[in-house]
Amino acid sequence: MLRDALAGKRIAITGATGFLGTALTERLLRSVPECEVVLLIRPGRRGALDRVRREILRNSCFDRFRSEAGEAFDGLIQDRLQVMAGDVGADGLGLDDAGQELLRSCHIVIHSAATVSFDSPLDAAVEINLLGPTRVARTLLDLHAGKAPQDLPYLVAVSTAYVAGSRRGRAPEANLTDTPWSTELEWEPEVQAARRARADTDAESRDPKMLARFHRDARRELGAAGTPLLAARAERLRQEWVDDRLVELGKARAQGLGWPDAYAYTKALGERALLSTRQALPLSIVRPSIIESALAEPVPGWIRGFRMADPVIISYAKGLLKEFPGVPEGIIDVIPVDLVVSSIIAVAARGPLEEPDVFHAASGAHNPLRYRQLVELVRDWFIENPLADGHDQPITVPDWSFPGRRRVQKQLNRAARAISTAEKGLQSLPLRGRQADLSARLEERRDEVERATSYVELYGAYTETEAIFSVDRLLDLHRSMSDEDRREFGFDPAVIDWPHFCRDVYLPSVVGHARVRLATPGRSSPRKGATGMTREERGRKAVLAAERQLAVFDLENTLIASNVVDSYSWLATRRLDDPDRVRFVARTLKEAPRLLSLDRSDRSDFLRYFYRRYEGAPVDRLEQDTWDLFSGLVLTKSFPAGIRRVRQHRALGHKTLLITGALDVVIEPLRPLFDEVVCARLGTKGGRFTGELVEAPPTGEARALIMADYARAHDLDLAECVAYADSASDLPMLEAAGHPVAVNPETKLAAIARKRGWHVEHWPKAEGGPRPLLPIGPRR
Amino acid sequence: MARPGFVLEVDRSTPPILTWHGEGFRLERLPAGRSRVIYAPEPLKPLDDPDEEIRQALLHPMGDSAPLPDLLFAGMRLTIAFDDISLPLPPMRRPDNRQRVMEAVLEMAAAAGVDDVVLICALALHRRMTEAELRHAVGDRVYDAFAPSGRLLQHDAEDPAGLVHLGQTDQGEDVEINRRAAESDLLVYVNINLVAMDGGHKSVATGLASYRSLRHHHNVRTMRHSRSFMDQERSELHSSNWRMGRLIAASGVKVFQIETTLNNDAFPEQMGFLQKREWEWTARDRGAYLATTKSLSLAPPRVARSIFQSIKAPHAMTSVYAGEVEAVHRATTDMVYRQQLVAVDGQTDIAVFGLPHLCPYNVNSIMNPILVMCMGLGYLFNLYRGQPVVRRGGVAILSHPTPWAFHPVHHPSYIDFFEEVLADTTDPVEIEKNYEARFANDEWYRHLYRTSHAYHGVHPFYMWYWGAHALEHLGRVIIVGGEPRSVRRLGFSPASTLADALEMASDVVGRDATITHLHCPPIMIADVS
Repeated sequence: MLRDALAGKRIAITGATGFLGTALTERLLRSVPECEVVLLIRPGRRGALDRVRREILRNSCFDRFRSEAGEAFDGLIQDRLQVMAGDVGADGLGLDDAGQELLRSCHIVIHSAATVSFDSPLDAAVEINLLGPTRVARTLLDLHAGKAPQDLPYLVAVSTAYVAGSRRGRAPEANLTDTPWSTELEWEPEVQAARRARADTDAESRDPKMLARFHRDARRELGAAGTPLLAARAERLRQEWVDDRLVELGKARAQGLGWPDAYAYTKALGERALLSTRQALPLSIVRPSIIESALAEPVPGWIRGFRMADPVIISYAKGLLKEFPGVPEGIIDVIPVDLVVSSIIAVAARGPLEEPDVFHAASGAHNPLRYRQLVELVRDWFIENPLADGHDQPITVPDWSFPGRRRVQKQLNRAARAISTAEKGLQSLPLRGRQADLSARLEERRDEVERATSYVELYGAYTETEAIFSVDRLLDLHRSMSDEDRREFGFDPAVIDWPHFCRDVYLPSVVGHARVRLATPGRSSPRKGATGMTREERGRKAVLAAERQLAVFDLENTLIASNVVDSYSWLATRRLDDPDRVRFVARTLKEAPRLLSLDRSDRSDFLRYFYRRYEGAPVDRLEQDTWDLFSGLVLTKSFPAGIRRVRQHRALGHKTLLITGALDVVIEPLRPLFDEVVCARLGTKGGRFTGELVEAPPTGEARALIMADYARAHDLDLAECVAYADSASDLPMLEAAGHPVAVNPETKLAAIARKRGWHVEHWPKAEGGPRPLLPIGPRR
Repeated sequence: MARPGFVLEVDRSTPPILTWHGEGFRLERLPAGRSRVIYAPEPLKPLDDPDEEIRQALLHPMGDSAPLPDLLFAGMRLTIAFDDISLPLPPMRRPDNRQRVMEAVLEMAAAAGVDDVVLICALALHRRMTEAELRHAVGDRVYDAFAPSGRLLQHDAEDPAGLVHLGQTDQGEDVEINRRAAESDLLVYVNINLVAMDGGHKSVATGLASYRSLRHHHNVRTMRHSRSFMDQERSELHSSNWRMGRLIAASGVKVFQIETTLNNDAFPEQMGFLQKREWEWTARDRGAYLATTKSLSLAPPRVARSIFQSIKAPHAMTSVYAGEVEAVHRATTDMVYRQQLVAVDGQTDIAVFGLPHLCPYNVNSIMNPILVMCMGLGYLFNLYRGQPVVRRGGVAILSHPTPWAFHPVHHPSYIDFFEEVLADTTDPVEIEKNYEARFANDEWYRHLYRTSHAYHGVHPFYMWYWGAHALEHLGRVIIVGGEPRSVRRLGFSPASTLADALEMASDVVGRDATITHLHCPPIMIADVS
């Protein structure tokens, strides 16, 4: 009996926060009552225990166990689950003394930690996938130094069936070293090369030309967002570039050696390394194929994270992926997670043999799912349950014609290029509000197409794999179990009824997990969520919640559709006669392009340059004229909804703060609207303006500081602060606020807001107001 | 001799009737046999020499008042208050009545050696006028003589230092008016009496008052008991103002009232067809109608609006009376009735009101949805004496595009009233109870009223109260050709054509309902028996 075999055993698990690890932990705790479980967890910010609680025990995987155990649940966990903080990426697993002691006491160690993403950088994959198992083995050997082989703990290492590489025909359940056709490859040099690649690429990325490129890209994305933000973004782009290069390097190296990707390649070398370093450590290797949602345990459809095939299927359902390469009669080797878990438990319960042995947890040999069948099942399901597009209309899924990989890539590249061109065109236009939103949506679409392209690149090899993973040893193990064990811990792939699995288990769980919406027949109004509100209403409710403390507003294009040039022109022309007005307009128009480009590159410089025009202007006259400017320009071009929003915040008891680069004399009439105003101030001399600013104008990152200072001075929490602004140059302020709101955002901010899920407001000018063509003051 | 008003019974030979529709008009065919159209009397003959008539009125005042020159003396404080931009409609061609009268008064004051003269525009809670508007009303000569030295003021109902509380009436109504006006040796009020509601004690007691004072008569109860507010004898609005006016007089404020009336010659010659009865249209009128409607339909609303805003009416003065308030106002009211009263035989089930582009509160501005309601159910519905044109439980059909559009400078509190208050309820009683105080005492609205050109925060409430009597009286209100979402926000039903509206009305008043179309403007008062 399986339970008896594991009774009193202490089982260590690595990778318990992963998909397979979580399922394994849950199954052992729930179904093997007399064993103990020890988890090796990389401590997060709040420690390893906290991660266990938040990432494992709170996962829906444990819902069944929790409800079955009832009030005893916490006690059971307390008694049977222990945690050691550590990291398979570190030598000695990074264990402290207590951790070592705990690991020493374990009878069985199941190593399931891996970086499963198919596009992880080469060096990361090497550290975790290649060296991880070896580190575990070495640590165990160190802890049990001097013991007889039969007293050593039993290591069950989880690998992947794809270590067999891209080849046709049967792949046996045997050690790689015993497989005649496997690549003869020393693993140590590969490790050295990978580490060197990281250092080389990093050095390359620090070349001045490259750094300039990252800075340019950051600027294109964020605009004049201020030095700290641009610097941070450029550094991020550099790191991303290095990672991307290492992903490429990994893929190239893997494919050159006959593996579909770096994952399979590092896993294969990992097995070799483990075999060559394990000495007398008892070892079994379980190689699952593509692990997908649970068939029955803990509940049908349970899944964690976004699995490999899921994004491909969602892209298809969204109509993005019109084709996916693959051989129609090829086998897609998918295996439900609970069957893999049962296989591992059965292997652990069986105990080690004298020599290391291997099991495949795969379906292809015994109960194959053909690519054509899968495509048809998926297509039929989405025809019946289509996803909804942005207008809540059902998306029609395309017919699949099983083209070659190259053709698909070409199609996708073409689409990406077309979108990219349209996007560049739009981005160069000075758009705002809803038009800018369109451009943001285009960018999102481009991202989606790019992602689809990368899926084709990444997973195409898997759909084209024609290897068949033999499961003879697995089935032997299955047959050797008692009837009862087979009922409870069965893992014969033949039990999978593919149509049922796809229709009733797998696809509903993928759709549920991907947070995409199914089209509901007959719906036409904006979709309301579980709260009965649209997304917009929810966003508005959140910013207007009573517990907010501070609302910070930008002025130009956030509360009024006007700018410093407008108000200057208005004031300046107020006392000009008609010919002078014409000359003034002509001059300003001529200068407009220069002003615009200056404003784009640095707002502070622009303000300094522009405000020089006020030199010599009589202070008292401007103070008088500003009241006419207030009615004639500021209020005329105001956004009533914006002004109402300021007042709503005040009515709720929130502090309100205006931060603007406009001049104090110009915004004087607006003061009563806010609790506090921070603006630009010009020096005066003899009753006239000097044209020079008294202090640096509040722009860019200075705004974030002003906001933070104000919050500190008034004992307000920035997390409870709402910030309203229209442009990417306000990004530092928006990022610092707990509740950023993009108002009539220009293109760059629209894209950023959309990506980050920020609340967006479109505030129009009053429909019935006068719309002067030029900001020219009436003559006085 | 001007022809009197006239009620046309619509038969099968009746041509389509011109119906106002905001910045435009439509020709609507009314069902024969059960419809009638009320036409205003034609414009009365104007005074031959208005300036001389004014001089005579000042020299021979009415009631117990002494002639104006006898009231003026060197060293006195003289304040001349005058009606604001809300009168007349449309604004009249220069010279405005106010300019003529003020120049005459100022001439006499100068002759008497009066130095301390201040002019105050009696805004009440209306928006401050712009320089151009003031120049138009008082004339450049007066403006240039007074404005630069700060002696041309606009009443500020929110300036605590500029107000004085004179006491309470026997009904407990606070009387608080402009301090300078109250503390002058003589307060001369220069009025234009466009409709029967204007003038009398209302000039000072309302025009120069504060919110604290106004709220006693500008409320739902008063408006529901003013049937109509165009009929002083049956208007609680006027009773309250008269009580206040008498208290003002009793507190020693000496008011010399000068009231003028205009004929209803409201449109320039090229738009003469607007003043005529359709079957009397000449070929030229037809051509003008076609040309006007065609070009308006092609013009964007903004352009159409500015065309209408540029209309200056050829209104001419038909009378001027001066002296003691009540005596003057009796004579003035008679003149207004002479120009506007039309005898109408009984009520009907449905009233059709074509709403023009203009009401008292959107001169040089836009008629927002709240003003549409006020114009239709406040002004046009109340243009009656005796009983309303439409029976109790009947239907009012208004015709206006009713765009969701507001002037951001003039009507800021209207925007919030529309977005917040009407989204909650359209019941005047609820609105008054739950929202009025908040808007009336709002600091930002107060700031905009005092420093910009905004109506007071509470003003949209008054607009709504103005229609309270009609809302209580009517079974249903339908707006033809209005923007559906703003019409619904007002609590009314939108219809795309008059035929649809009549069909909808039949749910309330049956299939053979009788219909009355008030062919207004020009302004008239239906004297319903």
